[in-house]
Amino acid sequence: MNFQPIDETSPDQLALEIKGVSKAYSRFPALNNVSLQARDKEFLALLGPSGSGKTTLLRVLAGLEKPDAGEVRFGGEDFLALPVRRRRVGMVFQHYALFRHMTVAQNIAFGLTVRPASERPAKSEIDDRVAKLLALVQLDALGGRFPSQLSGGQRQRVALARALAIEPRMLLLDEPFGALDAQVRRELRRWLRELHDQAGVTTVFVTHDQEEALDLADRVAILKDGELVQIGTPNEVYDNPATPFVFDFLGPSCRIPGVVDSGQLRVADWESAAAPGAPTGAVELFFRPDEVAFAPADGLGLPMHVQGFAQRGPDVRIDCRIGDQAFELQCRGDDLPPGVSVGSEARVRPMRPQVYAA
Amino acid sequence: MMRAIRLPGAAPLMLALTLAVLGVLIVLPLGVVFQQALSKGLDAYLDPLKQPDALAAIRLTLTVAAISVPLNAVFGVMAAWAISKFEFKGKSLLITLIDLPFSMSPVVSGLVWVLLFGAQGWFGEWLIAHDVRIIFATTGLVLATVLVTLPFVARELIPLMQDQGADEEAAALTLGAGGFTTFWRITLPNIRWALLYGVLLCNARAMGEFGAVSVVSGSIRGLTTTLPLHIEVLYNDYDFVGAFAAASVLASLGLVTLVLKTLLEWRHAGELSAHRRN
Repeated sequence: MNFQPIDETSPDQLALEIKGVSKAYSRFPALNNVSLQARDKEFLALLGPSGSGKTTLLRVLAGLEKPDAGEVRFGGEDFLALPVRRRRVGMVFQHYALFRHMTVAQNIAFGLTVRPASERPAKSEIDDRVAKLLALVQLDALGGRFPSQLSGGQRQRVALARALAIEPRMLLLDEPFGALDAQVRRELRRWLRELHDQAGVTTVFVTHDQEEALDLADRVAILKDGELVQIGTPNEVYDNPATPFVFDFLGPSCRIPGVVDSGQLRVADWESAAAPGAPTGAVELFFRPDEVAFAPADGLGLPMHVQGFAQRGPDVRIDCRIGDQAFELQCRGDDLPPGVSVGSEARVRPMRPQVYAA
Repeated sequence: MMRAIRLPGAAPLMLALTLAVLGVLIVLPLGVVFQQALSKGLDAYLDPLKQPDALAAIRLTLTVAAISVPLNAVFGVMAAWAISKFEFKGKSLLITLIDLPFSMSPVVSGLVWVLLFGAQGWFGEWLIAHDVRIIFATTGLVLATVLVTLPFVARELIPLMQDQGADEEAAALTLGAGGFTTFWRITLPNIRWALLYGVLLCNARAMGEFGAVSVVSGSIRGLTTTLPLHIEVLYNDYDFVGAFAAASVLASLGLVTLVLKTLLEWRHAGELSAHRRN
């Protein structure tokens, strides 16, 4: 990935600046002092579970919600002072919000036809633009259809074309793949990324699907309970989750209690050097169930009792107990690792453990 | 496994019962209205309808409906818009208030205007001093009708608009549309059939309302008697042919509304299925 970190000293690279934005709905805080930035042409994911405030933040950017406090700037301009219709953000809604009584072509043309007469392109020019956008989203033949006559994936592309028609300064996508089945979702994901790179528009998209965020975005902002927990490139957040929540949210995880004492991490009877900067005292050790190395009972690692295994495509799932906790670990191959057998003791060593204060 | 219970002959029996009930309760009385009206021949039927009082009653009924229905259409759209597209405190109270005229006797809906604007009412003296007539005048009839028919349009629109949500409007705003454009080009087309349907129901009730109108009317012949009141006056005068002739006109107005409603439903259904076709 040829990602370049944001240079905080050159603001002209920055497109979007969000500073200390808070928003509460009748005492329940939806956003709490959220600050983040996006570079020009960046593809930024807002990732979090439902209720984390990610959609609220997106609607604040669109102007559909007014924050109680904070600042939003776009291209140096005070965005909060602009009403929705003057922000020129293209928004794709979760359920697309296509105008059901208009054809696909009319939907796409809407943003152009509502312009004041002095700025409105000529009829033929609008038709041209619509045809180009239909081609861009690969729906050339469907301009005359109504939204209800389209599949989910087609609707989503119409919504995207409609948003792009106004030549938006920023593109906002709310769970763009949420209502689609898995295969369509993966296809559209790649296509959307290509489209973004072509169009060169700063894009913010909301998702609760960590795989989608990590796969698609330049940077991922992880939210929880209305607060920004971590922001970084997919590799940064995946390799160094800031909190147990982030670790847990980004993929399957195993946790096990331990102790860090004078630079040594001790879990059960296994001791290893603690990572620099690890907290001392009671800790929790987190690791991914597929980032482990197995060894016979006299080897290195956590003592485990192997209870069973199952073949899963290219992987083997190993059911085991470590102390009194049950785990499902994974390794590649079509048999148990050497030295490990069902019903016996073995050892397992997390390859990339994360340690958090308990 | 549960299976649907099959009773041989149940469907024809139910259908026969339904038809019998409809026949006795609706078709028969409606037939009687026209039979009675025409019992003494076409001339005897048409004659009472040519009377100035009768014509005045028809005109007044149409006038009152022509004023009340648009008022309630506008009110209904505004109320449904506010309730379905915005969050605010006291929303359920507002919905209950809109329903109130449905649960309240129409006589009460008439009486409140007398209590407010009648000679002995709160504003009675002031109105008399300024020579403004509300009770025993068209204004009063309109007020009473508006109150009774208040829920029709709003009730028709609220569930639909709640179901549709505010996303399309939000989308229109992000695409640069202003408030009025959004309403005119997005909201209104989405609710047009429900709105027309509500307006028709509202109109039918506005023309047929008796109780509330009767309280504020004072039954001044040729001036404040609407068609339903005119029928009562004639009936009380033992002018049965006249009463039934007027009743047949009122019934016809209702039937026209019904036919329009049915046509709309057909049209709407056609549009719906066209949209569902893939």
